[in-house]
Amino acid sequence: MEVLLPLYIIIPLGTAFIIPVIGRLWSGFARLISPVIFLLLLIIGLQHMPVSNQLVYTVGGWQPVDGIPIGISLVLDGFNALLLVIINLMAFLASFYAFSYMQKYTAKNNFYTLLCLMIAGMNGVVLTGDLFNLYVFLEIASIASYALVAFGVEKEELEASFKYQVLGGMASLLILLAIGLLYWTTATLNMADVSNLLATQQDNKIITFIQVLLITGFGLKAAIVPFHAWLPDAHSSAPSPISALLSGVLIKAIGLYVLFRLLFNVFALSYSISLTILILGIVSMVIGGLLAIGQADYKRMLAYSSISQVGYIMVATGIGMTVMATNGDTGIAALAIFGALFHLINHAVFKGLLFMTAGSVEHATGIRDLNKLGGLARRMPVTSGTSFLGSMAISGLPPFSGFFSKLIIILAAIQAGYYLVAILAALVSIITLAYFLRMQKGIFYGVHAEGIGKVREAPLTMLFSMTVLALLCLALSALIIPDIRDIILMPAVDSLMDTITYSAITSGV
Amino acid sequence: MHGMTSIVKTVTRLLVGVIFIYGVYIILHGHISPGGGFAGGAIIAGALVLLVLAFGGNTMKLKHEEEESSLLESFAILLFLLMGLAVIFLGTKVFFSNYLPKGELGELISAGVIPLYNIAVGIEVAAALFTIFLALIIYKEESK
Amino acid sequence: MIVYLMCFILFLTGLYGVLSQRNIIKIVIGLSIMEFSLFLFLALIGYIDGGEVPIIIPGNETTQFVDPLPQAMVLTAIVIGLATNAMLLTIAIRLYKKYKTFDIRKINQLKG
Repeated sequence: MEVLLPLYIIIPLGTAFIIPVIGRLWSGFARLISPVIFLLLLIIGLQHMPVSNQLVYTVGGWQPVDGIPIGISLVLDGFNALLLVIINLMAFLASFYAFSYMQKYTAKNNFYTLLCLMIAGMNGVVLTGDLFNLYVFLEIASIASYALVAFGVEKEELEASFKYQVLGGMASLLILLAIGLLYWTTATLNMADVSNLLATQQDNKIITFIQVLLITGFGLKAAIVPFHAWLPDAHSSAPSPISALLSGVLIKAIGLYVLFRLLFNVFALSYSISLTILILGIVSMVIGGLLAIGQADYKRMLAYSSISQVGYIMVATGIGMTVMATNGDTGIAALAIFGALFHLINHAVFKGLLFMTAGSVEHATGIRDLNKLGGLARRMPVTSGTSFLGSMAISGLPPFSGFFSKLIIILAAIQAGYYLVAILAALVSIITLAYFLRMQKGIFYGVHAEGIGKVREAPLTMLFSMTVLALLCLALSALIIPDIRDIILMPAVDSLMDTITYSAITSGV
Repeated sequence: MHGMTSIVKTVTRLLVGVIFIYGVYIILHGHISPGGGFAGGAIIAGALVLLVLAFGGNTMKLKHEEEESSLLESFAILLFLLMGLAVIFLGTKVFFSNYLPKGELGELISAGVIPLYNIAVGIEVAAALFTIFLALIIYKEESK
Repeated sequence: MIVYLMCFILFLTGLYGVLSQRNIIKIVIGLSIMEFSLFLFLALIGYIDGGEVPIIIPGNETTQFVDPLPQAMVLTAIVIGLATNAMLLTIAIRLYKKYKTFDIRKINQLKG
């Protein structure tokens, strides 16, 4: 089954370059083939779970020489398999949604090419086990996303894309500097080999400097405060299926995933770095929530809400890391990391759903200001229903999945002794409920505003994607049932907490 | 767009062939000496850009060239992927492995499948850089 | 040690360009200078005292080569830098068409 691993990269990459060739002859080819290939990748991803042991695939068949790996290896374990399923699921639903949303735009072939390139880059970042290969795929995904943010070439979209590019470019340079310094220290690029070598060296100042550079670089990609300034502009100016993918998957696959993989499995955990992650998470959570309250543009409000929810994930992981770094109870650490990964899945689903419903409203009315809208619930029943479900899920109301993930995070904070963090998490949850209720009332309920014109329900493919995601918001609550949890989430938690299995890749191949 | 003066045109006519052959030399010797696909492709793109800058051309002709160049780029990448995948059907079942016979060290025809990859990458890079250049020129011409 | 200090000074020059210049093209040039300083740093990492160029020529038999892996990393990173620059300059040209200015202080439609 290891032979299937390169397919995650080859299939989107090949499709991205077949689309301009065949799209010249048959213009509907691009929007038909993209959902098909993402569905294929989703099926391959689903049959990998449950992951019982790691799959390692060395590209080109280069076997290790004297126990030192010399080739690029693709590694699949519990954490990877989970993220692969989420990336390909959201890609499938977004490309299905884009079937009718992109009718208004020109140059549709370029859109689907860039989308396939971005998904190929994200799959590569998640799968790879080699540091420089990580940087190459990171850049492929980032450059494709810069072009996609500026896709409908209006004034604001170009400005948002320019700011995103300059900041993202500087972050990539810091990451390259960190990779260069890491190569200088350990003379190898394979992540498992680096983890073996770093286990013997203790508290070196240069290792801490490398970790700080990595947190800065990947923190900017993941939009953690104080590196969040590009996110509201970029995510509100992109076309809606791309906003759903950017906010739901990209900031997690190339930001949070790599940070957690490097800090847990490659570097040894130290208390100061763990405390930094916890504090950055708390600041993101609070500031993201507070800044979202006063927004009038609903897509900008959703973008600020992304910053806040990413803060939740960082807080939970920070709690897990501090407990592990001080050799505390591993049960509490497992609970905290479980809450973080659960919230990661949930946020991908409901933020994708909310951006898709926002796109549906924009497609129907063309207005982005929620003070000027109102009373759309009667004309657009499916859109308003699914948007209501998504808002209740993200605010943490039972029985939706958001309630359980936030509850687990608060419980883990209380058990680890961080009472202030638990109170802040609960408060930010109430603030989230406040601004989402304001958004619902402003757009869908209330008095029907004048000057909107004839409003019709969204086309069928857009409704399909939104309904599937709304059903997933309810269905994901089942992940706390112990049987289902052990198949899907516990391998991911184990692969993060257990440092020995990852570094044994070099001797196992 | 306008071309340049006749001195530039004459010198270009003499030099473009030399630059092109130099680029092809660097691509083909990529496994023996420094260079390889990307460097050689960039040199060939330089030769093509020099041609367009010196002689000019009207916008319709440049648009046609840009479409052809974009098509050539996609074909070169698909050729690269096909060569990587073809190994699954012949020989060992590993993606991207080096399956053609490796000759002596330092000969021109050696090192298995690497010179073929170099050629594919060289064509792709030259076509990509030329497409970027033509796209920017066409945008400037159309917005005059 | 002096050469690493020069790389750092080049990096700071690029950073000054990105932070303080008003013209968009100068910001792009500053980002380019930052990238090039990193390429120089990466290529210098692999230097071993008394090492030869890492090319096998069938005539002379030397055993001490400099490390070729950072050189391969720099080649790939140069290609990525090219793609980033091409993307930035395309957006800069389209920005000029829409806003009629290259001044970054006047391009601030998105606020809040």
